[in-house]
Amino acid sequence: MNRLRIDHDNCTLCELCIAGCPFEAIEVAGGRIVVNEKCTLCGACLEQCPAGALSIREKRGARRDDTGDFEGVWVFGEVAGGDVHPVVFELIGKGRELADRRGTTLSVILLGASLDMPVAALRGCPLDRICVVEDPLLARFRSETYAAALAELVEQERPEILLCGATSMGRSFFPRAAALLKTGLTADCTGLDIDEQEGLLLQTRPAFGGNIMATIICPRHRPQMATVRPKVLSPLAQRKGNDVRVVRLAPSAAAVASPVEVLEVCVEQADTARVAEADVIVAGGRGVGSPEGFQVIRDLARALRGAVGASRAAVDAGWMGYQHQVGQTGQTVQPKLYIACGISGAVQHLVGMQSAGTIIAVNKDPRAPIFRVADFGLVGDLHVILPRLTESIARKRGERRP
Amino acid sequence: MKIIVCIKQVPDTTRVEIDPKTNTLIREGVESILNPLDTFAVEAALSIRDRLGGTAVALTMGPPQADRILREAIALGVDDGALVSGREFAGSDTWSTSYALARAIEALGPCDLILCGKQAIDGDTGQVGPELAVHLGMPQATYVRRFREVSPTSIVVERLTDRGFEVLRVPLPAVVTVVKELNEPRLPNLLDLHRGRFAELKRLDCKAIKADPEEIGLEGSPTRVVRIFSPESRRGGRLYEHDVDAGIEEIVRFIEKKGLL
Repeated sequence: MNRLRIDHDNCTLCELCIAGCPFEAIEVAGGRIVVNEKCTLCGACLEQCPAGALSIREKRGARRDDTGDFEGVWVFGEVAGGDVHPVVFELIGKGRELADRRGTTLSVILLGASLDMPVAALRGCPLDRICVVEDPLLARFRSETYAAALAELVEQERPEILLCGATSMGRSFFPRAAALLKTGLTADCTGLDIDEQEGLLLQTRPAFGGNIMATIICPRHRPQMATVRPKVLSPLAQRKGNDVRVVRLAPSAAAVASPVEVLEVCVEQADTARVAEADVIVAGGRGVGSPEGFQVIRDLARALRGAVGASRAAVDAGWMGYQHQVGQTGQTVQPKLYIACGISGAVQHLVGMQSAGTIIAVNKDPRAPIFRVADFGLVGDLHVILPRLTESIARKRGERRP
Repeated sequence: MKIIVCIKQVPDTTRVEIDPKTNTLIREGVESILNPLDTFAVEAALSIRDRLGGTAVALTMGPPQADRILREAIALGVDDGALVSGREFAGSDTWSTSYALARAIEALGPCDLILCGKQAIDGDTGQVGPELAVHLGMPQATYVRRFREVSPTSIVVERLTDRGFEVLRVPLPAVVTVVKELNEPRLPNLLDLHRGRFAELKRLDCKAIKADPEEIGLEGSPTRVVRIFSPESRRGGRLYEHDVDAGIEEIVRFIEKKGLL
């Protein structure tokens, strides 16, 4: 029997549930609503039903952690190239808010081999504690050791909430940690809140390529874990100079053992390539016309201290490297400002960037679909328009700093 | 060498839209497809098998009609397809999905390499690969863009990071998730499609994979979706067609106001 239950006495046969089902799992048969085997129990229909006639039956006695036993909010302090990753400060701001609302403490967890510099960078933050887990075997990031060392600490100290940036590192090792801890993990959150009644962490994230938003909870398992997209939360407004307690801990030998060898670490990308971390992305598509054509894109990106992005067409043509690709088969980005140049706006591209704060589009064709999502649209040749935009920006900056 | 490639059937999300009037998903004409990011994992499985010999098996979990993507993978050249299916798996989140896939992989016998796409385009979580590795007690490499060496006992791979790439030597068996840069997937011909259509598939239920019924489906899933809503829809702003200079001025003012100058 399907666990999605329909209260036929209250059902008005309005069929909104049918329209709301992403999987074609609900249909009308014999004058009543029925659920077929395509149902994944995603819950999308529950929201749709105006009569409240749909419910998902939960079996009793499912496994649970003693949730009351867990306390404290933890932020994983990613260190990239010796520095604390900017997303950590964003997470500290949100983590502080969550910890205050739960009436508990906020800790940052650092993993590595020599962490004095990151500790110094974090000292002034509104934290209760910095946990430093140092071991020579943690010098280089490996998913296996980072997940095991973190999981070990969580088992000892039992925090209720655990946050991490949705960076390449976070998205690689946090799922491992969640699997080891046998708890839920919500990826790529764009919003975090506390539910007033139950005190649960409400984790909101885009799904279906940003076409829908879902709020997810982890009711019976602890900790509640989430990765959060960089640049989405506001950066820490002020870094107060209070006295943060620093606790140094050693991981077990088993936790830092991994059969994986890191043979090379190559930081090959200039700042203009780091689309995942950029406030501003200037992206080029088929309309750029050639590899050399990307110079005007690079110039504008440099003027705005941003990164260079590219559409799939430009990457497939070999004009730009794959690490620049934005869209369904590339990266999903959420910068404050996205400038799309010579990109028509195929849905495969839009799903990768439509959550950007502001979108500017430059395209020859006034009917290009990109203009339908752009806050500002400039119609014309990007090779003429972009140099003028770059120049105007440089001039404006000159006026501000005479 | 035995390779298992994990694939997923997804709604073609590029065609999922929200009806602004009723605030519901418009599903008309939205078909289910093989997750586009999994096509690179299938291709990797085929090219490694073709070079080193052995077998490549496609594995998926989903409703009965998910057999279509297994047939597609067989048409592309994988040797076998296995479908984990049953009502008891409905409502699985990434934890219980990876648990069920791990049990299925064990039921299929020893293997050397497990390949996945970097994420699926419906959920976009990218969590099943690493979680699967833990359930199987294996090491992992995520976001792999190149196999430098493949031997029966270990691989040397380049994996993308936010700032460049890393080279890892990973002993086998291991779980590897791959990105588009790795390869260009082949296309099936008519004869292959025919072979796929009539191939015999392995069908696995909870019992067959010896899964603990409490760890699968909704019961086994730590997370719950409590609300689904449409994001604030974007509307096109002002279009500057014959007054581009005015547009540039407006944009520069805006950029200054936003503190991005």
